[in-house]
This record gives sequence, C-alpha cells and structure tokens, in this order.
Amino acid sequence: MTDQTAYNFAYLDEQTKRMIRRAILKGVAIPGYQVPFASREMPMPYGWGTGGVQVTAACLVPEDRLKVIDQGADDTTNAVSIRRFFQRTAGVEVTEATADATVIQTRHRIPETPLTEGQILVYQVPIPEPLRFLEPRETETRKMHELEDYGLMHVKLYEDISRHGQIATAYDYPVKVEGRYVMDPSPIPKFDNPKLGGNAAIQLFGAGREQRIYALPPYTQAISLDFDDYPFAASKADHSCDLCAAPDSYLDEVITDDQGSRMFVCSDTDFCASRRAAGHIGPMGAPRAGADVE
Amino acid sequence: MTPDALLGGFTDAPRQSARAFRAALEAMARPGTLWPIDGAAPPAPLSVAAGVLILTLCDGTTPLHLGPSYDLPVVRDWVTFHTGAPLVAAKDAQFACGTWADLMPVDRFAIGLPDYPDRAATLIVEMPALTNQGPRLTGPGIATAAHLSLPETAAFRANRALFPQGFDTYLTCGAQVAGLPRSTNVEAV
Amino acid sequence: MYVAVKGGEKAIDAAHAWLAEERRGDTSVSELSVAQIRQQLTLAVNRVMAEGSLYDPDLAALAIKQARGDLIEAIFLIRAYRTTLPRLGASTPVETAQMAVCRRISATFKDLPGGQILGPTFDYTHRLLDFKLAAEGEVPAAPTAPASLDAVPHVTAMLNRDGLIQTEAQGNATPPDLTREPMELPTTRPLRLQAITRGDEGFILSMAYSTQRGYGRTHAFVGELRIGTVAVEMDIPELGFSVEIGEVELTECETVNQFKGSKTEPPQFTRGYGLVFGQTERKAIAMSLVDRALRWKELGEDNTGAPAQDEEFVLMHADNIQATGFLEHIKLPHYVDFQAELELVRKLRREALAQAEAAE
Ligand SMILES: [Zn+2]
Repeated sequence: MTDQTAYNFAYLDEQTKRMIRRAILKGVAIPGYQVPFASREMPMPYGWGTGGVQVTAACLVPEDRLKVIDQGADDTTNAVSIRRFFQRTAGVEVTEATADATVIQTRHRIPETPLTEGQILVYQVPIPEPLRFLEPRETETRKMHELEDYGLMHVKLYEDISRHGQIATAYDYPVKVEGRYVMDPSPIPKFDNPKLGGNAAIQLFGAGREQRIYALPPYTQAISLDFDDYPFAASKADHSCDLCAAPDSYLDEVITDDQGSRMFVCSDTDFCASRRAAGHIGPMGAPRAGADVE
Repeated sequence: MTPDALLGGFTDAPRQSARAFRAALEAMARPGTLWPIDGAAPPAPLSVAAGVLILTLCDGTTPLHLGPSYDLPVVRDWVTFHTGAPLVAAKDAQFACGTWADLMPVDRFAIGLPDYPDRAATLIVEMPALTNQGPRLTGPGIATAAHLSLPETAAFRANRALFPQGFDTYLTCGAQVAGLPRSTNVEAV
Repeated sequence: MYVAVKGGEKAIDAAHAWLAEERRGDTSVSELSVAQIRQQLTLAVNRVMAEGSLYDPDLAALAIKQARGDLIEAIFLIRAYRTTLPRLGASTPVETAQMAVCRRISATFKDLPGGQILGPTFDYTHRLLDFKLAAEGEVPAAPTAPASLDAVPHVTAMLNRDGLIQTEAQGNATPPDLTREPMELPTTRPLRLQAITRGDEGFILSMAYSTQRGYGRTHAFVGELRIGTVAVEMDIPELGFSVEIGEVELTECETVNQFKGSKTEPPQFTRGYGLVFGQTERKAIAMSLVDRALRWKELGEDNTGAPAQDEEFVLMHADNIQATGFLEHIKLPHYVDFQAELELVRKLRREALAQAEAAE
C-alpha cells in the first residue's frame, strides 16, 4: 500500500497539509508560541515522531534532500523508518550529510555542523509545554503563557540551586524566546541550547500527540533560563571523541566490555565520519570510516 | 459563474502547493526578503502571487475577505470554485486580499486572543511594486536589518505594539511575495 | 577498534519478515480468513470499529488479522487508514427511536411499550468453558419469532412526558469534529461524547467503575440499553431531501440518575448517554456513566475532585492510540538525554563528595 500511487505526495491529503501549513505560518509569526493543530493519526505511533513527520510532510517539495536523525545518528532504527517513509511517499532524495540536506528531521539533537539559510530543521517533540511537569493542566498553563507568568519555572530552577548548588536540568532545558514565550526545545541536551538562538535555519517543532506546532524563525533570540549568579552553562562529557578527536562535539559514552572500559564518540554520526574522512583520527579511530558491523 | 472561474488553478496541486508553501514559509520566516511564487493563473486583478497564496492556504474552513476592488464576480467565482473559502466581511476573515487602500482600516481584522494569539488574520496586500527599499525592518527572522517597500509604517508599528496578538501580512506583486509577521519592528527611514 | 553499530535498515527488514511469519503461525494449521474473523469474532470487530472511529467490519477484521489479535494495534491500523480518507459530508442524526432492535432492556421498568428483548447476550450464561466448542461442530439453529412491528419508544421519553427527567435541548448545530480540530479546553458535551465513544474501553470502564465506588457518585440505573441497526441518511442539497446511504449497528445506553436538585436545578432524574458502534454494551454503559459524571458543572453539582469529574484528565487520557504510542516510545533510544543526566549526576556527586571531605 505504501507507494506513491496509493497515497498523495508526502502522504497527507491536501486539506490536512493546508491546515498544518497555516499552523506553521502562525508559529513562525509568533516565535515560541504553541499553535494548536488538528494532528492526524499517522501510520507510526504517537511518541515516535508523528508531529515531526506531519510538519516535514507539510514542508517537503519534490526537490528536497531529506536527512533524518535520532540521537544525532542517521542509522538508528526510528530514523531509518521515518526516512524510508518519505522516500516512499514523497520520492525525495535523502542524505546523511548535514550540509547537503535541505530539510532535517531530528529527535533529541541539533547537528554539530552549523546550519545555513535555506535549511529547515524539524524537531520531534514529545511534550511541547515547558510548564507541563510543574502544572499538568492545559487550562492553567495556557493562562500562564497568556499572562507571561513564569514564576513557577523560576521557583523550580531556584529550588534546584538551593538543593544541588546548580540547575539540575541536563536536557529539555527551557528557553525564553524574544523575551516573551518560554519554550520547550524538545529533549535536546542543554549542550545544544546555544544553537537554538540566532540560527540561520528555520526551526520548526511538531508535537503530534499533544497537537501543537511552534517555531523559531532564523536569527531569533532564544535564551536559556538562568539566574545572574548561576548563569546557564552548556555541558558535555569532559573528553574528546575517541574516533575523530573532536574536542567540542556532544559525546555518547559507549561501554566496550564488562570490565568498566568505555569510550566516548560523537553522537552526530555524520559529523564524526566527515572528520575522520578529512584525516582527523582519535585514539581508537581507524583511518577508514564507516565499516559496517551487524 | 464566469467562464474563466474554472481555469487557472493548479495543474498538480500536491507539488505546486508544496513549492508555493515553501516560498510562503521562507517569506514569513525572513521578513523583507522577496520570493518567487507561481503555479497558477488567477484572473485579474489578482496577481499570480496572491492567487497562488489563496490556493495554497485557503479552503472551505478559512473565511476570506476580498477588498472592494477585488470583490468582483470573476474573483469571487474563481476563489469559490478553486478553494471553497467562504467570502466574508473583514472582521470575520481569517485571510484577506486586496490593495492596501482596500484593506484599510486594518484594525477591522482579527488579531487573535490573548490566550490564542494564533487566531488572527493574514492579510495578502497587493502592491504596485515590491522592492527592498523602504522602511527598516528588525526582529525575528532578520540577521541585522532588512528593508521593504511597505505601503506605510504607522499601521505596522501599531500592529507590532499588540504582540503577541496582531495580524500577519503578505505583500504580493506579480509572481513575487514578501512576508511581514506581527513580530517585525518597522521604522521609517 | 570500535565502529558504531550500523544496519538499521537490515534489522528492520528482518524484523518485519519474522513478524509476518509469526503472524501466520504453524502453517500446518489452516489460515484464518478475514470473513471468519468478521463472522466469529464480531465483538472484537465491533471494538475495533468503535475505537477506530470507522464503521467497516471487513477492514476491522483485516486489521485484527494483521495485528495478530492485538486489538489496540488493530485500532491503530484503522485510525491510520481513516486519516487518509476524504471527508465527504455529514449524515443527519441517526434516529435511534426507529432502531430495528435485537436487544432492548430497561432496569427501571418491569414492562414497557416495545417490551424487554433479551437478545444475544452473555448475561445469563454460566461462565463454564464449553468444551464442545473445542471440537468443531455446527450449532443448532436458535428458535425465531416474527419481528414485532411495534414502535420501541425510548424509556426516557416516557419519563420526560411527566417532567420527571431533565429535558435535553434539541439542537441543529453541527457538532465539532475531534479528528479535524485540536481539542480546546474546557470543551463541550458533543466533543466529550465523541472522545469517550472512541476512548479505550478499559479506561472508560474503570472511570465508570470509580463513580460507582464513590469517586463522583451519580446513582445510575440503566434506564434503557438498546442494540440494533439504524439507517444512516444524508441530505443531498441537489435533491432537496435526504437519502439512506446505508445502515449501522449501534449500542445506545441511557442512564437515569437520581438527582436531589442543586442550587440551579429542581429535583428530577438526570441522564447519562452512551452511543457506540456495534454491539458494545459494556462500553456504552460505561460511557453513559462517565458522561453523567462529567456533567457536574452544568447541573450545578459539587466538584468532589473525583477523577471521573475531571474533564481534562478524562479526555486527555482516554485515547489508547495516544497512550500506547507515548508509553511505548520509551523503548526508543534516549541515550543522548541519558548521557546528559549521567554527566549531571557525576558532577553533583563529585561536588557532594568534595563538600563532605572538606567538612571532615
Ligand atoms: Zn567523533
């Protein structure tokens, strides 16, 4: 059933795409504000990227080159599954190279390679409401956004400081957009937060189950919440990549045996492979990159 | 129904509307930049850009207001046949199309609610010319500053003051479109 | 030397092939046909249609087969298929008073116009495993009687004639469509009923049960439960009248709820309403209890803080496709987040230990 003849271009029917497109445009016009949209039931489960998939489907043109990553990697199973979905339903070209992609759908990371004008980064968002774990009711959090009442969030962060001496949020770290809306950047590590603001690409966020779309236009201010005496600091493992020697990329810790040995490798697989191809070799890297292991 | 009403729509709606939306998205996301947009041949006085925007964004669920100089049988029929958008008064419109003079006063249009600022109108303003000369634009989507040949500054400044409420604007001329979201700061130069 | 694990595509293909094989099972056992599922697992088919929000017994049966009998998975298949269908129009409201009933009972009146019709129910079966069914064999034909042509009026309509039950306002407004517009809270009764009728049977059942145990008690009796087929009609503007486009089987339940009156309403009986595709009476009864519990505000009752009175809680958690997707997504890799947490915990520990040492 899933071929291009049975379904419309990019799967969704035109009326659904128009509805999503209108929501995206309002999201772009009100940076950081969560626009309700009538999320459709997609052929993959809620929680597995249906929001991102709908946003991508509404944005794709036949000429696009699509990259899909999960945890920074192109070859994780869910990324593979979503990439295949669009190969089948939209017939678009796909790529693993960040710089070559025109649309990138991501779960949990922002690529290391800086994005450029003309690119769109689509985030899969599980819980779009930054205040949700402080106040479970939508009726209440909507009022808080309306009144710009973010006191609860500051209280939470401040309680962290008094208990732990620092803000104990490592990912899904909230930002304030253009001094107005507090926004959930999706569960990216806070290491990625500085890339949210001032980015040359269009950043779109899709939450399917929760029926929300929001956006950061290019060059939009997005400031990680903090306090003057406890400023925000992006953090990562205090290592370089063992494969490509990158000192400044976000690292995954990989356990290599049951004796406690471990290594650190770039979570962004394209970034790491490109560096190795360019001759940057870490202590455990091999000159030839990308050999497959089943 | 006027005979021309049946002509001039998309010939391959899924792909043509996708390309048109990308232009509309880039335009709204990068205020002050001009984007080519085409794929349809609407009847005069509708420009290609305005007609394509209507085909791409409007349907039976989006009330549309036509400014007086656009509220012509040929335009009404074309819009109705191709989109099914109900034609309504300014205050009920989700989209509006016309010249700037047609759409004045713009405070008739929906600016959204304090808790749902997205429920605001989008204006499609037909321009005699569209260039990167004119008032200075700053804000989201703009690296430093941009310039755009806006029909005026005061109305857009007043609209910006309503943020996060406010209407959003497309400016169209021929087969070109530019966007001006409510978030843009506009200064006369 | 380490290289990152690749081969996601191959792994997915292999998993799909294995799944197909497991679905088929032992090939020495004959394959189940969609027609058999439709005919012999009807109540499963009904549940899939009800929660899938799509009335098509053949597709529901196919989904059950494809899902290996996992009904939530089957509902998911139907929902995803439904998304791709155009919305051609809306029917006129179905007339359940004109239903051709196969079952119709009232717990509030011993006898009533139209009569009590027990119908094909498990109610008075003794739940003893019937080992005869393990051997294949035909079932003797059930005795039949001519269908009554008498009207079967609603019990609540009879109560209403005496002003003993609250009157439901008639309305011609087009109800909102939950699948076409994002839910806005607080919501309205038509939208609530839509959400509940396609909500998870288990969730709605438990919510209803909780009201019976005192969490938002509504003193419900089954005023009437009826199962049968109704005609579906559509107005055709070009013709100027409505035409029948088919018929659907429905289960309808109206509860009669004791009500002592409130600040705004006089003492009278009130109602809860359930309407579900197919023969699905557990769901329809549960639906009417949950509907009634959610009506506390319009009836001027107190909010006792019971879960079943909490519209946002009920509506945001009733959908099993949303719930199962989000629940199961925690199987997906989260190692980026986990790494961030790992670094944080290590840092907090380092600082805590350093402080403890300094204090010694
Ligand atoms: Zn690396």
